[in-house]
Amino acid sequence: MADAIYVATRKGLFEVSYDGDPQTRPIAFLGDPVSAVLQNEHDGAIYAALNLGHFGAKLHRSEDFGQTWQELPLPSYPPSEGDDAASLKFIWTLARGGLEQPKRLWAGTLPGGLFRSDDRGESWELVESLWNQPSRSEWFGGGYDEPGIHSINVDDNGRIIVGISCGGVWISEDDGDSWTLGGKGLAADYMPPDRRDDPTIQDPHRLAVCQDAPDTVWCQHHCGIFRSDDGGHTFTEIKEVAPSAFGFAVAAHPQDPKTAWFVPAVKDECRVPVEGRFVVTRTRDGGTSFEIFSRGLPQENAYDLVYRHALEVGRAGKFLVMGSTTGALWFSKDAGESWRLLTGHLPPIAQVCLVGLP
Amino acid sequence: MPQVTFTANLQRHLDVPSLEVDGTRVGDVLAQVFKRKPRLRSYIVDDQGRLRRHVNVFVNSQMIADREGLSDTVRPDDEVFVFQALSGG
Repeated sequence: MADAIYVATRKGLFEVSYDGDPQTRPIAFLGDPVSAVLQNEHDGAIYAALNLGHFGAKLHRSEDFGQTWQELPLPSYPPSEGDDAASLKFIWTLARGGLEQPKRLWAGTLPGGLFRSDDRGESWELVESLWNQPSRSEWFGGGYDEPGIHSINVDDNGRIIVGISCGGVWISEDDGDSWTLGGKGLAADYMPPDRRDDPTIQDPHRLAVCQDAPDTVWCQHHCGIFRSDDGGHTFTEIKEVAPSAFGFAVAAHPQDPKTAWFVPAVKDECRVPVEGRFVVTRTRDGGTSFEIFSRGLPQENAYDLVYRHALEVGRAGKFLVMGSTTGALWFSKDAGESWRLLTGHLPPIAQVCLVGLP
Repeated sequence: MPQVTFTANLQRHLDVPSLEVDGTRVGDVLAQVFKRKPRLRSYIVDDQGRLRRHVNVFVNSQMIADREGLSDTVRPDDEVFVFQALSGG
């Protein structure tokens, strides 16, 4: 179980306790949008990315669990000519490196650049091997005006699987030196028929890898739920999922490759819980069947939406936390079967993060 | 030398008192500012050196015309103001 829950919101970074009477405490950046938060398990440092409306993206690190913060240099796109020259919009996701890379960080950004740091965020380099893929010219924005990297999964064997909206699933087996376009089997109903199966333009809303069986990759896609058993190269669609196969978030069980959680919503412009009933679904058989959990969740007039980074599962696969765009935060101690509301009064939630304290 | 003054909204994030710096164009003036305050750069311009969309620069009472090349003229006794555009929520 985590020691604390950190919540990245539209108006700052908060800590919410879950034992006894839940308490909400603003940690830092009150009033500023926090687009990503990460604790690097290697050293405990916490990173927070901001998306200041007027003054651009920012990145901060705390070595003392949020008491003090140091502003870090930003990932930055190389100088280029032309009106459309790339410029960092914001950091959408942060990820730690592999087991042998304690100082490594990855940053997924808009407009579609993957960045790497080998000095705890003190300097960054664009991963040009991905940025220079010829098919990048076909990527486009989904929800935002420009494409963005929202999922970076680094498994213990060093494989990196990246999810791009809308640019598909990319896999590197050599620490980012070269990339293979995966995602075969994903299907995009928002494209003309002859482009529907094109892996280049897929919109995986979120990718989640089973930590102990990293060939299993779950994908909550714009057009449904998919599972890969070969490390993201090919996917199989899981059909007829009740109450809906649409959503943003997915959490993979850290040990059991057949178990994953989703938070369904009405597709795809509507994006509210089906019939106003807010539920979490779980499969424990690889997607053959789903259980629908509602205990502790609002079952009428609920319009909470859970974004792609706002559902997280703890290391044992029992403790889950999720936050909604309407500022509600829940947690579960029983693998999602029942939930407890911790607060309903946060700003819109972008990400939840289970943090271990010393 | 031109004097550069920053919006109070920026003071939330960085300590940026008014500065006097050399320069005959807005771009030169800001380059001198960034030399003294490197962290300020990403708050004012983007990766390509273009003025951020939600930042406005005035020379005295006139908003600058060239937001990408920052070529508007600055005279020694001018004041340069860096403001944020009115937006948010």
